[in-house]
Amino acid sequence: MNGKALLDALNGVYAWFDKRLHVTELFEHTAGHPIPKSSASWFYVFGSATLLCFMIQILTGIMLALVYVPSAAEAYTTLEYLTFKQDLGWFLRAMHYWGSNFMVGIMLLHVTQVFLFGAYKYPREITWVSGVVLMVLTLGLAFTGQVMRFDEDAYWGLGIGAAIAGRSPGIGEQLVYFMLGGPIIASESLSRFFALHVFVLPGAVLAIVSIHLRMVLTKGINEYPKPGHIVRKETYDQEYAQIIKKDGIPFFPNGISKDLIASAVVIMLILFCAAYFGPKGPLGAPDPTQIDTVPRPDFFFLWIFAVAALMPEYMETFMLLVAPPIGILALVLLPFINNTGEKSWRRRPIAVMTVILIYVSLGILTYLGQTSPWSPDMKGWTSTITPREFVEGRSPLELQGLAVLQNKQCRNCHAIDGIGGMRGPDLADVGSRLTKDQLIRQVIQGGGNMPAYGKTLTPNEVDAVVAYMVSLRAANTVPAQDSTYPAKPPVENKKPEGYQKPTEESHAASPAAHSGS
Amino acid sequence: MSTESKPTEEKSCEGENACGCQEKEGTKTSRRDFLLAVGFGLNAIAAAMMGIPILGYLLSTFAKKYPLQFVSLGPISKFPEGTTRLASFKNPYNNPWDGQTADIPCWVRNINNTDFQIFAINCTHLGCPIRWFEESKLFMCPCHGGAFYENGEHAAGPPPRALYTYPFKVENNELFVQAGVMPTLGRTLDNEKAKQ
Repeated sequence: MNGKALLDALNGVYAWFDKRLHVTELFEHTAGHPIPKSSASWFYVFGSATLLCFMIQILTGIMLALVYVPSAAEAYTTLEYLTFKQDLGWFLRAMHYWGSNFMVGIMLLHVTQVFLFGAYKYPREITWVSGVVLMVLTLGLAFTGQVMRFDEDAYWGLGIGAAIAGRSPGIGEQLVYFMLGGPIIASESLSRFFALHVFVLPGAVLAIVSIHLRMVLTKGINEYPKPGHIVRKETYDQEYAQIIKKDGIPFFPNGISKDLIASAVVIMLILFCAAYFGPKGPLGAPDPTQIDTVPRPDFFFLWIFAVAALMPEYMETFMLLVAPPIGILALVLLPFINNTGEKSWRRRPIAVMTVILIYVSLGILTYLGQTSPWSPDMKGWTSTITPREFVEGRSPLELQGLAVLQNKQCRNCHAIDGIGGMRGPDLADVGSRLTKDQLIRQVIQGGGNMPAYGKTLTPNEVDAVVAYMVSLRAANTVPAQDSTYPAKPPVENKKPEGYQKPTEESHAASPAAHSGS
Repeated sequence: MSTESKPTEEKSCEGENACGCQEKEGTKTSRRDFLLAVGFGLNAIAAAMMGIPILGYLLSTFAKKYPLQFVSLGPISKFPEGTTRLASFKNPYNNPWDGQTADIPCWVRNINNTDFQIFAINCTHLGCPIRWFEESKLFMCPCHGGAFYENGEHAAGPPPRALYTYPFKVENNELFVQAGVMPTLGRTLDNEKAKQ
C-alpha cells in the first residue's frame, strides 16, 4: 500500500464518521469559529484561564473526594490523613487550594478586563449577566470550599455565617436552622455545605458556562475597542459582521495561541505555588470547646471580615444582608444602563476610576483584615515586654502602675511604643496627651470604645497606673496641660537625657501650682 | 410550543395564524392537542408529587422549633463563688456523627452560689468565641474587637447587645443549663425563662 492510498483510506474513514457525527460542522461552529483578529490579544486570555482553573478544580476535587469524608466527626481526621499520610495527598490539597486562589484572582481580572473594554455593551448583555452569575457561583464555591477544610476556622466561619443569617428580620431564627441544618453547627451543617460545594455549585457553573460560551459564539467575541469608535444599536451588528469578514481569523488554530500559552503559565504557577507553599491548614480541630482561636476567613473574604469590624453598628445589618444583593443587582443592570457608546477605557474615565477605587478599597480592606488592628492581642498581657526607657528612673508608685498596666491586661489593647494590641491608642506618649485628671476619668469611666475599669481596679491601683501613664512621654515634651489653667513656660531647660522624672512644677495640671497666678 | 394551536381551550388562540388554518382540520388537531395537554398535565402532577416531598425534606427545618432542654454542667462546687469559668456540655440535639462539634462551651459566672449567669460562647456581633479575662473582668472577642463586662453587658466594640445568657436551674447542688441552639440575633434566648 503506498502513501496516497493510505491517505485516501484515512480520509474515507474520516468522511464516514463525519457523515454520522458532523464533526466538521461542529468544529466550524465552535473552536473554528471566526474571531476578530484584534481580539487575539493578551488581554483576552483571562476568560479561558478562569475556565481552565475550574477544570483543575474539578479534577483535583474528584481526587480529594476519593479520601475525604464529609462527616463532622471524620472530616478533620481525613484532612490530616490526606495531608500527612496519603501519598501526594498534600500536593492534591495544595493544587486544589491554589487552584481556587487562582480561579478567583483570574476571574476578577477577566471581569475587570471585560468592564474596561466595554464588552458588556450591546449586543453582549446576556454574556455579561451570565458572567455575573458565574462570579457569584465562584465566590460561593470559594466560601463553601473553606468549610470543607473543616478546622477551627471553618467552624467559626460557619458561626459568622449563622450570625449574619440570624440578623434577617422576622425569619432570622429559621434561616439559621436552614443554613446549619439544625440548631447548632454540627454534622448536618457540614453535609449541607458539602452538597453545595460538590454537586450544586459546580453543576450550576457548568450549566451557566455553557450559556456563557454559547453567547460568545453567537454574538462573537468583543473586538479590541478603538477610542472614538462608538457602539450604536442600529449599526453595530453590521460593523461587527464587516470586521469578521475583513479581519476574521478562525479561533483554532489562528487565535488560540495566546490562550494556550496563558493556560500553560497558569498551570505551572499553580503547580509552583502548590509545591512551594503547600496546602492551607488544616488548623486546629473543629472543637468548639477549644476557644483559644483567632478565626479568620481565607484571603478573598478578608475584606468582608474587615468591613464587619469597621462599619458603624447602625449600618451593619444593612451592609451584611442588603448591600451584597444590591451590589450584584447593580452588576446585572450595568449593560442595560450603559448599553451603547464608547467602549475604549481611554475615553471612559469614570469606568477607570471606578475600577481603581474598587481595587484600592479591596486592597486596603484586605490588608486591614490581615492585620486586624481592631482585635485585642489576646496574649498581649503575658507576651509583651516593656522597653527599658519606659521602666528606667520610675518611682515605686509608677512601677507599681506599670505592673497594674501589665496584669490588668491593658496591653491586650494598648501598645507601649508599638508593642502590644492596637485596639486602643499607643500609650508611649499618653502623658503628653492626657492630664492626670483626664487619665483618671478615662480609666474609671472608660468611653471612646474603652471599657470602664472603675469596678475592676482599686483606688490604689488607679492611682498607680495613672501615675505611670503621666510619666509616659518623650523626653523633650511637656506633660499635657489642662486648658482651663494658664500655661507656664517649661521649667527645665536642661538638655533631656533619656527619661526625665517630671518635677512637681512640670505637673502643670496641678491646681496648687497655679493658685498664686 | 406557544404558537401551537389548542382549539379545545379558549385562551390558546393567541397564535392567530396557526389557529386560523388548523381549526378546519377538526378532530385530528384536537386529538393531538389533547394528548399534549394530557402529557403536560400528567407531568405537572408528577412534578408536584415529586417536588412537594423534596421541598418538604429540604425546608423541614423551617417547621422545627428546637425548645431548650436542661443539661447538667456538674456540681456547683466546680464553679466557686465569685468566679467565671468555662464549662461545656453535650448539645441535647445531636447526631452520633457530630464528633466534637456536639460539645458546646459556655461561661458560668457564680455570683453568690444562688445567682448564676451562664453566657453563650458566641459574641453577639458575629458569633466568634469570646474569652474571659479574669484580671480585667472582661470578655474579649478575637474577631472584631468586641468586649463585654463580667455581667455580660456590652463594654466596647461593634457588638449590638449584651452577651446571650442561657436559662439555668440548680437542683441538689447540681447546675443545669437550658440549652440546645446556637444563639443569634434571630433567637436571643432572652425571653426563654427556665422551667423548673
